[in-house]
Amino acid sequence: MRIVVCVKFVPDIQSDRQLGPDGRVVRDGGDGTLNELDENAVEAALALAEEHDGHVVVLTVGPDDAVDAVRKGLQMGADEAVHVLDDAVAGSDAIGTATVLAAAVRHLGADAPVDLVLTGMAGLDGLTSLLPAALAEALDLPALPLASTLAVDPAVGTVTVTRRLDHATETLSADLPVLVSVTDGLNEPRYPNFKGIMAARKKPVTTLTLADLGVDPGTVGAAGARTEVLEAAARPPREDRVLLTDTGDAGTRLAAWLVERKLV
Amino acid sequence: MTATPVLVLLDHAADGTLRPPVRELLTLARELAGDAGVQGVWAGDEDVAAAVPALAAQGVTTVHRLATDTDVHLSAVLADGLEAALAASGAALVLLVSSFENKEAAARLAVRTGAGVVTDVDGLEVQAGRVVAHKTVLAGTWTTRCAVSAPTAVVTVKANSVVAQDAAAPSSPQVVDLPVEVRASSTRVRLVERTELAGSGRPDLGSAHVVVVGGRGTEGDFSAVEELADVLGGAVGATRVATDEGWIGHDAQIGQTGVTVSPRLYVGAGVSGAVHHRGGMQASGTIVAVNSDPDAPIFEIADFGVVGDLFAVLPQAAAELRRLQG
Ligand SMILES: Cc1cc2nc3c(=O)[nH]c(=O)nc-3n(C[C@H](O)[C@H](O)[C@H](O)COP(=O)(O)OP(=O)(O)OC[C@H]3O[C@@H](n4cnc5c(N)ncnc54)[C@H](O)[C@@H]3O)c2cc1C
Repeated sequence: MRIVVCVKFVPDIQSDRQLGPDGRVVRDGGDGTLNELDENAVEAALALAEEHDGHVVVLTVGPDDAVDAVRKGLQMGADEAVHVLDDAVAGSDAIGTATVLAAAVRHLGADAPVDLVLTGMAGLDGLTSLLPAALAEALDLPALPLASTLAVDPAVGTVTVTRRLDHATETLSADLPVLVSVTDGLNEPRYPNFKGIMAARKKPVTTLTLADLGVDPGTVGAAGARTEVLEAAARPPREDRVLLTDTGDAGTRLAAWLVERKLV
Repeated sequence: MTATPVLVLLDHAADGTLRPPVRELLTLARELAGDAGVQGVWAGDEDVAAAVPALAAQGVTTVHRLATDTDVHLSAVLADGLEAALAASGAALVLLVSSFENKEAAARLAVRTGAGVVTDVDGLEVQAGRVVAHKTVLAGTWTTRCAVSAPTAVVTVKANSVVAQDAAAPSSPQVVDLPVEVRASSTRVRLVERTELAGSGRPDLGSAHVVVVGGRGTEGDFSAVEELADVLGGAVGATRVATDEGWIGHDAQIGQTGVTVSPRLYVGAGVSGAVHHRGGMQASGTIVAVNSDPDAPIFEIADFGVVGDLFAVLPQAAAELRRLQG
């Protein structure tokens, strides 16, 4: 089974994240990381590969330092990595990113068929969750998004997932090849161990450009984006804040404050 | 104002009543559409008759009822239906309630039609003919304004972003069956099973005006949290620790990987305010925190913070509110 895991390099959510005037996240180096929610996708791929004798490729689109995201995937145990690196990609919206990833998956599929494409449920930077469905659409693959359980039956070639939505739970299935996005509830991602870190150094990382993938630069990046950030501003801190230590009447005072603020 | 009608997906419950945020979206759509009018899309077998009074009060002119044998709960099928409704209505702007399944359909629609898509929006305007969306990002710490440059805009709007108001004059909505050509590729996914979650008897978490949240500090005893929620007429939410412990269902989890809430009032009890949790609640109107640890990060974003024991503070607040309400 050949599995491609799409991962994203994002600013560490524990760091003080900033936006530039163009609405893009400021990357001043050092505080970027593999999107935590993509670790669950890598873990799912590795677990399936171990069970069904598979081959795992980690794929990312992003600037120079985004290679750190696929490196982490290799350290966790993926077999090879692909990094799409091209200045024209900067400023892509989710649809543009899906276009590039789709081209890269097709490129990989030319060597040997790709059975399964995995992604995390969202990027912890934008949190739009648009990418999995957009990528499935661009690849013309059936999508099983938000898997909180995942079962693959390679004998009959079906994949079954369960997912939790706001008002319902669903069980979905489809025949390979499929795209699956996984939630953080699916598994507990492994930590790279020393052996994994050493082994990762010898694993191949292929860098590809848009030209290699046959993608017209005008259709992606800022040039192809269908949305444009006009303005980005840090939210002003909350004002008139009250902090008190309970000395026996804090509940009563809270109630009075809520009434005064017309919140009840 | 838009030159063409604004289209709104009419999310509804099994009994055909509109989900509360839909009325907010219709209010917003009406402001944007002006004379061009607001049209709805009805996806599902439920009886639209139950929703017609609310749609009339909102001034909806036309409801496109998707006519198909396939299950519209499949996002690709819903996208097929929305594509047909876009064509039938001539709309250039589609509004959907922000939910995971609606975002899936929005993404597909964008890829297929070349539309620009913006998610989790909390305000919308039309400027020089372009749709401009407002949203908060990076766990509620930044606000952005984002214009759609494509001819068609697909926007998912967060609950509680606008106050729902009836139209000045009610309409008599026309319900029209819209045949949907479902692509062969849209039915490759099989919906093996779908179970609607039973309502809790409390407001729906994602759209409630008040949310009271319990974390690890409850140690599994949610009675104080529930009592305060009921006095405030609010929903009950939880941190992932509380849902993972099985103290409450997973559908109550608020945060980056759970439900995103932006109620008028958020009350966190025994919640530390971890960044993953904050991502799902930091855009709330007013934030109240009750935590025994003065250094808990939630106090950094609280409008009213109490350093204290939730089992003392919450019941006292509930009792006082009952007294004040008479
Ligand atoms: C990828 C990923 C995704 C995640 N997604 C989410 C998510 O969507 N939502 C989410 O909530 N978490 C999420 N988490 C978990 C998150 O990081 C925190 O672990 C979690 O939010 C902490 O929950 P808590 O506040 O209940 O517990 P704790 O952090 O343990 O805090 C408990 C608090 O209760 C206080 N306390 C104890 N007793 C009392 C008392 N009697 N009275 C008052 N206060 C008391 C303590 O002082 C403490 O501050 C995610 C984690 C990861 C890694």
